[in-house]
Amino acid sequence: MEAPMAANDRKRLLREMVFARRFEERCAEAYHHRDIGGFLHLYPGQEACAFGVLERARMGHDYVITGYRDHVHAIKSGADPKAIMAELFAKESGSSRGRGGSMHIFDADSHFMGGYALVGEPYPLAAGLGKGIKMKETDQIAICFMGDGANNQGTFHETMNMAQLWELPVLFVCENNLYAIGTSLERSTPMHDQYKRAEAYAMAANQVDGQDVDTVMSAADEAIDHVRSGKGPYFLELMTYRLRGHSMSDSGRGYRSEAEIKRWMERDPVYLFRDQLVEEGVINAEEFDDMDRDAQQRLDDEIVPFAEESPEPDVADLTKYVLDEDTSTALGQIPGGGK
Amino acid sequence: MAEIFYWDAVRRAHDEELAHDPLVFAIGEDIGLPGGTYKATQGLFDKYGEERVVDAPISENSYTGIGIGASMIGCRPIIEIMSVNFGLLALDQIINAAAKIRYMSGGQLECPVVIRSPGGVAHQLGAQHSGRLEKIFSGTSGLRVVTPAFPADAYGMLKTAVRCDDPVVILEHEAIYNLKGEVADEEHFASLEGARVVREGSDVTLIGYLMSTHWNLAAADKLAEQGISAEVIDLRSLKPIDSETIRQSLAKTHKAMVVTEDEAPVGMSAEIMAVINEACFFELDAPPVRVAAEDTPIPYNHKLERAALPDADRVAEATRRLLGRA
Repeated sequence: MEAPMAANDRKRLLREMVFARRFEERCAEAYHHRDIGGFLHLYPGQEACAFGVLERARMGHDYVITGYRDHVHAIKSGADPKAIMAELFAKESGSSRGRGGSMHIFDADSHFMGGYALVGEPYPLAAGLGKGIKMKETDQIAICFMGDGANNQGTFHETMNMAQLWELPVLFVCENNLYAIGTSLERSTPMHDQYKRAEAYAMAANQVDGQDVDTVMSAADEAIDHVRSGKGPYFLELMTYRLRGHSMSDSGRGYRSEAEIKRWMERDPVYLFRDQLVEEGVINAEEFDDMDRDAQQRLDDEIVPFAEESPEPDVADLTKYVLDEDTSTALGQIPGGGK
Repeated sequence: MAEIFYWDAVRRAHDEELAHDPLVFAIGEDIGLPGGTYKATQGLFDKYGEERVVDAPISENSYTGIGIGASMIGCRPIIEIMSVNFGLLALDQIINAAAKIRYMSGGQLECPVVIRSPGGVAHQLGAQHSGRLEKIFSGTSGLRVVTPAFPADAYGMLKTAVRCDDPVVILEHEAIYNLKGEVADEEHFASLEGARVVREGSDVTLIGYLMSTHWNLAAADKLAEQGISAEVIDLRSLKPIDSETIRQSLAKTHKAMVVTEDEAPVGMSAEIMAVINEACFFELDAPPVRVAAEDTPIPYNHKLERAALPDADRVAEATRRLLGRA
């Protein structure tokens, strides 16, 4: 369906994935130094999901929305990593001007429509983006990334039902990492295959390996083509694993065996893709080390210092952004409207 | 100037806004082909089609969320929740999403969504169809909450709410849809802020909104027969509350009577009393009094149902007591 990916693009994609991994690890470090507050949910282990799908979408054109594990989706959507790090550091230069935090990264310019902290909350919002796209008659699609845990919320069922009923242009991506915080899939639902739950609403659906970015990209091609061509929504289940705990306050170990974690570490998506590119002769081992060093250097020299040195929001602006600052419309002063 | 039903005023505002902007759409249960439980969208399905007057399945939280999501990219959805009691199912989308998206995105996004829902106590609908939930919405930062008590405001406030870039909750009342009132023929917009003096008086100020405004007007008639001149303020907006109009009235009457259809504990009356305390304390020459619903689920039995609520007689009686004229 798609032309084979050029070597340069494969190299760039690996570089982006390495950078995302190091970005998240740097966040953990900053959290331990208390530069980052609140809750922090990191992405290592699941990179092939966001990168595989979004590599095949049109960033800045299509809309992306997700839950609270949102930094990497925002970066791949086109948000500036400096602004994201500054947001985590609660600075005015942050993507949400320090009002959002880790779970609420937004970047309207790149059509990254936010991270949301209520599990399952983005499902209807994503369908609403699809409804808006349909009303505007553009060729955009909305892409909604959620975890498997979200599928036990009512919003999953309500949204699958309406999205299919109204054939809304939405790609639902289920990053099935097998755990809803600390409760396993098997202990949460009798239907372990999430794509079958979407199929119950007559939705086109598929399940593939979420650790191999090539597999994800080819599944995404099919899914995106389906949605963009007006055939309605699509549910893509990606089997993945988070290598860290649910958040910084969870070791991720009490409810998962060491053997299981080790098994998934052997299928780390960043290193799987590295090995693949080495095998293809696209890169050699030293080039990968260079990429890795460059990523860390960019964080150390550019991104973290920007976050550290940026000013905090002004307390005088506390109530800014609660409502529209211009109240004229609310007061009934409509330009050219009425008498 | 035509005298029209309240429901027809709401319908007319829908019609004009749907005609004005192709990105306006209405969504709710039974609002399309069936024409709406209270006829607020009657005839519009045929006129604008099923994509713009959308019959939603019974999924209040998610169809509300669909409206909110669409509003984030420029649509202007008018969401109808058939009964405010069902709105409890949609609170995640309204309170956690719509009310907070502008703020938590640092002003990058906005949700220009309208959520209309009738509430209040009608006639023997029982505890689960008689909720008065204005306290929930009015206590939420990031929302505007209005309560049009008359057809003219029902029309003009919905028109403005659709154009406004903030999420607006419009609380209507099941027992007011058949009220008739004058609405100007030419298109016009009403402010979403500001209370209105709907009857002038000099002895006492009766403050209410939605149904309690109508009780207060009837009570003022009764009080007039006994030589008491009551001023009646229709709050119109519960968020924000217009403290200045209240203060100006109390500067004249010096006595405040707060009347609400909801229960007193943590209810609208508590908030209005606090506003009076903060903004008007030195205008008062008696402690303000509130008349509110009893602290009980609303019963089915009609006699019990009436006993649970204020009415014009109770407002008049409490007013006489406040004035030492009981």
